[in-house]
Amino acid sequence: MFSAIATIAYRDFIKFIRDRSRIIASFIFPFVFIGILGSSIQSNLGKNIGYNFLLFTFIGVIGQTLFQSTASGIISLVEDRENDFSQEMFIAPVSRFVIIFGKIVGESMVAFAQILGIIIIGIILRVPIDPIRLLQILPFTIVASIIGGAFGIFVLSNLSSQRSANQIFPFIILPQFFLSGVFSPIKELPPVLFVFSRMAPMTYAVDFVRGMYYMGKPEYAKVVLYNPLFDFIVLSGMFIIFLIAGTILYVKKERNR
Amino acid sequence: MPVISVRNLVKQYQKSTQRAIDDISFDVDEGSFFAFLGPNGAGKTTTISILTTTLAKTSGEIQIAGFDTEKEQSQVRHQIGVIFQNPSLDLNLSAEENIRFHAVLYGLYQFRPSYSMMPTSYKHKVTELAEIIGIQKELFHPIKTFSGGMKRKLEIIRSLIHSPKVLFLDEPTSGLDPLSRKNVWEYLKEIREKNGTTIFLTTHYLEEAESADTVAIINTGKIVIKGSPEMIKSSLVQHYLLIDAKDRERLQKELESKKFSFDIKENGFRVVLLSNTPQQIIQSLDTPLSQMVVHMPTLEDAYLAIVDGKK
Repeated sequence: MFSAIATIAYRDFIKFIRDRSRIIASFIFPFVFIGILGSSIQSNLGKNIGYNFLLFTFIGVIGQTLFQSTASGIISLVEDRENDFSQEMFIAPVSRFVIIFGKIVGESMVAFAQILGIIIIGIILRVPIDPIRLLQILPFTIVASIIGGAFGIFVLSNLSSQRSANQIFPFIILPQFFLSGVFSPIKELPPVLFVFSRMAPMTYAVDFVRGMYYMGKPEYAKVVLYNPLFDFIVLSGMFIIFLIAGTILYVKKERNR
Repeated sequence: MPVISVRNLVKQYQKSTQRAIDDISFDVDEGSFFAFLGPNGAGKTTTISILTTTLAKTSGEIQIAGFDTEKEQSQVRHQIGVIFQNPSLDLNLSAEENIRFHAVLYGLYQFRPSYSMMPTSYKHKVTELAEIIGIQKELFHPIKTFSGGMKRKLEIIRSLIHSPKVLFLDEPTSGLDPLSRKNVWEYLKEIREKNGTTIFLTTHYLEEAESADTVAIINTGKIVIKGSPEMIKSSLVQHYLLIDAKDRERLQKELESKKFSFDIKENGFRVVLLSNTPQQIIQSLDTPLSQMVVHMPTLEDAYLAIVDGKK
């Protein structure tokens, strides 16, 4: 079982590092949001909000990238299933849970590779990163990645084609960018938005990463929504529901067309 | 005991009002070559998807190598190799990586991130396989540069690494040029002779099914006819002699007087070959002939006769 998971995960990672266009594309989004949006807001509003907005955005983008990259990678199973090696995986004598878990691990590895790019961008943009704190929390940030993978499975179980994935994905992910506080504070929100924000799994993923980074720092109370332990408990519950329900529904849907 | 046993298989897709597979039954003996023919939409890919455990059936019983495809899926998958209609090689990986990942997924070896870390037995096996398909130099290159025929051969080799009892091929030569198709079939013939692997084939190329032990023709979800290619041809298509003469009237009278069974066609007289050989018929005729064509029934004739609804 572990060999199968390692093989599936390693394949996803190899695919990423051999795909130059994908590597370049993974730099663009963080550059836009950290470099352009974050810098702009920091320059214009930074003095009044009491914390460095560029750093706030930087940490938010780390959480968001880990979540979204893994989710997207899982959702690509819809197309992969019909076109390439993934057909081979589904014929092999390994359980569907193993395949899906292997994909989550693999896409998490890809997400972490992308984080390295984000850190490089942060250094270039002179984001005031605490390098030691960042290194300390990196192992914990895998939580954001794994919940993204489980979320991806849950979405995948309701999709029948790559076309529907392409249509639905923006509506599922894009609102979460803004509702989860990646690059805007969300402590105070109008009631309806507050409800949607607290339903979004990305909210807790981003808040968990921020909570771990800012713990003990003076701006903690201003930038963090909840105690990281609370975020972890919520994420764990979501993970169990998404992964189990998602895998069962996905397997059933695939075989019972 | 047959290696594939299908009884009363039915498949109706969820959003469909018609059955894609409508109560089909057949057996495939171990080591034999079974060809499944039919037009697009007949149910070939649906059948093979169900047999290879990637699609659930609506009802029926299926056993592969003694294992039930619903209750013992993992055991079934150990016993089968599959060549899909769409290529299933990972173009981002090298030939060796494609083989290695397959071998690990089938539990033959433990995962190692590189070829150099794999056991000696694996390295010998891969070298041997590379020699068979002539990719010794390209073994560690990305397979994007491989020709279509070479990729297909690599897929076949990969699917045989775990020594399956049954190899399922879903239109394996689709999209290949004639030379590549010929090479792939020669290779499959060698494998069958050497390993005794059972071959289950779906194809549009009827000449590929001519060498099958058993052919089943499926149309609109039902098996219309099943048997050896010779049996199917003889039962559906006539063996005949097409002759013509400048003096058609004289030829017709002669055929009638000698009591040969014939039809009048635009391009001549079609004489059905029942007990007489073409030579016997031609030698018995005095009328000078302007045309003599012997028609041997092909599987294509039989297939078209069924699909066109003439039988």
